[in-house]
Amino acid sequence: MTRLVYFAWVRERIGKAEEDIVLPASVRTVSDLLTHLTSLGEEYEAALQFPEVIRVAIDQEHVEHDEPIAGAREIGLFPPMTGG
Amino acid sequence: MTAPVTIRVQAEDFDLQSEIDRMTGGRGEIGAVVTFTGLCRDEGGRLEALELEHYPGMAEVEMTRIAQAAVERFSLEGITAIHRHGRINVGENIVLVIAAASHRQAAFDGANFMMDFLKTAAPFWKKEHGASGQAGDWIAARDADDAARDKWKN
Repeated sequence: MTRLVYFAWVRERIGKAEEDIVLPASVRTVSDLLTHLTSLGEEYEAALQFPEVIRVAIDQEHVEHDEPIAGAREIGLFPPMTGG
Repeated sequence: MTAPVTIRVQAEDFDLQSEIDRMTGGRGEIGAVVTFTGLCRDEGGRLEALELEHYPGMAEVEMTRIAQAAVERFSLEGITAIHRHGRINVGENIVLVIAAASHRQAAFDGANFMMDFLKTAAPFWKKEHGASGQAGDWIAARDADDAARDKWKN
């Protein structure tokens, strides 16, 4: 099981703040994960239709989309940050 | 001694003077303190408040990482960064950065560096609440903020 956590409009569009899911073995990288999630339903498609803008953190550390996700406990998906 | 790094993410407001006093008390080596306070503006009367969402845990970790980089790069004597979350009304404080150094240039640069990276790398998001009470849109990231961050690359 991998914990996924969502923030801001990614969270609103998917309709939940977090979930634990079992990922197929074919999902190896962040990019694979985004593609996989998009296939899970229209709410995921709405949130992730422009995957290039989605920022990702593995175990609370920023990563690029080519990062392998093996061993990840928590993966965060969110829009570009707008704090400060 | 290692320069003190203070990072807090909190719903409640902060007090500028007490945060400065906390940093400078008994620290005779500090010759310059620069503070930055970010407030919620009304965007020409259009906004009533902002809703600040954050990634608990990661927000603190990322702010600490940026603060430590600032201490190292500018030889700061101390740095404090406090970011609020939740609903913040127009005119209220959102963020505070205090950078202390022996001399002013390092303190200015340290505070500036902290804010530039905080805006682009610390996991916070702002949602608008309109003056007529309706929930508005999530604020989009600005290219100008990325450009401000990128100027520190060399």
